[in-house]
Amino acid sequence: MPQLECQDIVLGYEGNVVITDLSFSASEGDYLCILGENGSGKSTLMKTILMLNTPVSGQIILGDGLKANEIGYLPQQNIVQKDFPASVREVVRSGCLNRCGWRPFYNKTEKQMAEDNMDRLGISSLAKRCYRELSGGQQQRVLLARALCATQKILLLDEPAAGLDPSASLSMYSLISSLNSEGITVIMISHDIAAALEYASHILHLGGGSCLFFGSKEDYLKNRSGSMFAKPEVDKWLK
Amino acid sequence: MVEIIEKLLLYCQFPFVRYALAVGVLIALCSSLLGVTLVLKRFSFIGDGLSHVAFGAMAVATAMGLANNLVLVLPVTIISAILLLSPGQNSKVKGDASVAMVSVGTLAIGYLVMNLFSKSSNLSGDVCSTLFGSTKILTLTQDEVMLSSILSVLVLAVFVFFYNKIFAVTFDEDFSTATGVNAKAYNLVFAGIIAVVIVLAMNLVGALLISALVVFPALSAMRVFKSFLAVSICSVVLSVFCALFGIMVSIVAGTPVGSTIVAMDILGYFAFCILGFLTRRSKV
Ligand SMILES: Nc1ncnc2c1ncn2[C@@H]1O[C@H](COP(=O)(O)OP(=O)(O)OP(=O)(O)O)[C@@H](O)[C@H]1O
Ligand SMILES: [Mg+2]
Repeated sequence: MPQLECQDIVLGYEGNVVITDLSFSASEGDYLCILGENGSGKSTLMKTILMLNTPVSGQIILGDGLKANEIGYLPQQNIVQKDFPASVREVVRSGCLNRCGWRPFYNKTEKQMAEDNMDRLGISSLAKRCYRELSGGQQQRVLLARALCATQKILLLDEPAAGLDPSASLSMYSLISSLNSEGITVIMISHDIAAALEYASHILHLGGGSCLFFGSKEDYLKNRSGSMFAKPEVDKWLK
Repeated sequence: MVEIIEKLLLYCQFPFVRYALAVGVLIALCSSLLGVTLVLKRFSFIGDGLSHVAFGAMAVATAMGLANNLVLVLPVTIISAILLLSPGQNSKVKGDASVAMVSVGTLAIGYLVMNLFSKSSNLSGDVCSTLFGSTKILTLTQDEVMLSSILSVLVLAVFVFFYNKIFAVTFDEDFSTATGVNAKAYNLVFAGIIAVVIVLAMNLVGALLISALVVFPALSAMRVFKSFLAVSICSVVLSVFCALFGIMVSIVAGTPVGSTIVAMDILGYFAFCILGFLTRRSKV
């Protein structure tokens, strides 16, 4: 049974339909990359999966023992205010909140988990720094560490490499793929088709208000109608 | 110096002075604790806005000829506070704008109703005391002291209990919701506490003082400290210190209590600005 399954969903905002009849699924260990041009509804889809938006119709089913509080999320833009006093450690720890329930404070395991995830992303040295005073790339890592605290099963990433320099985005992608090889399911939105084709196992291509392609990467490359949407990039990558 | 201390000790023999000290400190503690969150949620002016709501409700209650105005005023103010605060980060109208709308709107409606149906002779007196609290802090009764003590303990307990949740939901509501935290429910809980504290404190010490107690300690602490925990602790300590010091100065110098406390908070803010500047300089 897949961890996440969407059946004939229609997405939109207050009556304005953005995508119709979208069906796809993701199983444990998958690396699903969502492609599509600006405004094609990628973020909307992700927010709907996360229940931040309600779908106009259709069903989103969590399966394989996945619970709603076992999902990690990296938002597209963080709208955190410039004046918010928060240390990196506080931000990362806040990812553990979904396992606290009524317990008011983080326990030893959770605190250790926050430290481990900061280590994993190479931001331990920033632990005491103020979040808002970090560079964009450092902030992105902090938020990824927070997302990792929230889950050991599935990560939803909305343009994790947006605003990163080429080498930072490269290390971001290889980091994500190493997390994926540790068994975490990854669902990632990206405009970087080359990176998507290199790391992903499955592709979901949105466009024109519906789903243009969903399937494995191999099919996407073989299927002419699939690769048509991103022909130049695919050709470049195949070389 | 000895004279001043003697004078203070003499005054402290009067119960009303002790009550003022106790209530002043407790309210300073609660409002500064909630102040950090309020400032970050863009609700700095909520105290002022709610005082206008109270004024509007009072005008309507007087026009209706209610015997006890508070029967209408308290619930209306608490409900508007909850309505203002509970939508969270994703509301269509942001905090400052919604407070402005409600504040100006209720003030206008209140004044309109007051002019159309004015019966009470002492309406302007009522208005003045809702807006400024004037000398209320010096005429507190033992019951009011009890009430504010219980309230403060409650607020402190709830704040500590929900501390991590308050942080997470204020910092990033979408992430909290997305990862399975019931942010809406927490928003409602905070809105409830904040509403009760502000409305009751407004009746005890006046809206002017409340607004000052909400913004100054929080903003002062944010000039120096960079983590949520440090800012929360520092703003409480600073606020309690300023309230205590302000009340004592006002006793010795015979100045109005509320404004003296606010003046202390302003001084504190400038001191922290300088401190923040110096600590940043020394790091570079
Ligand atoms: N809050 C909103 N209210 C109404 N419509 C919205 C809202 N957010 C997005 N939309 C609309 O939904 C459509 C899809 O937006 P979405 O943010 O999902 O695009 P996207 O694929 O993530 O684009 P990008 O690549 O720029 O991030 C757009 O046409 C947009 O105008
Ligand atoms: Mg997007």
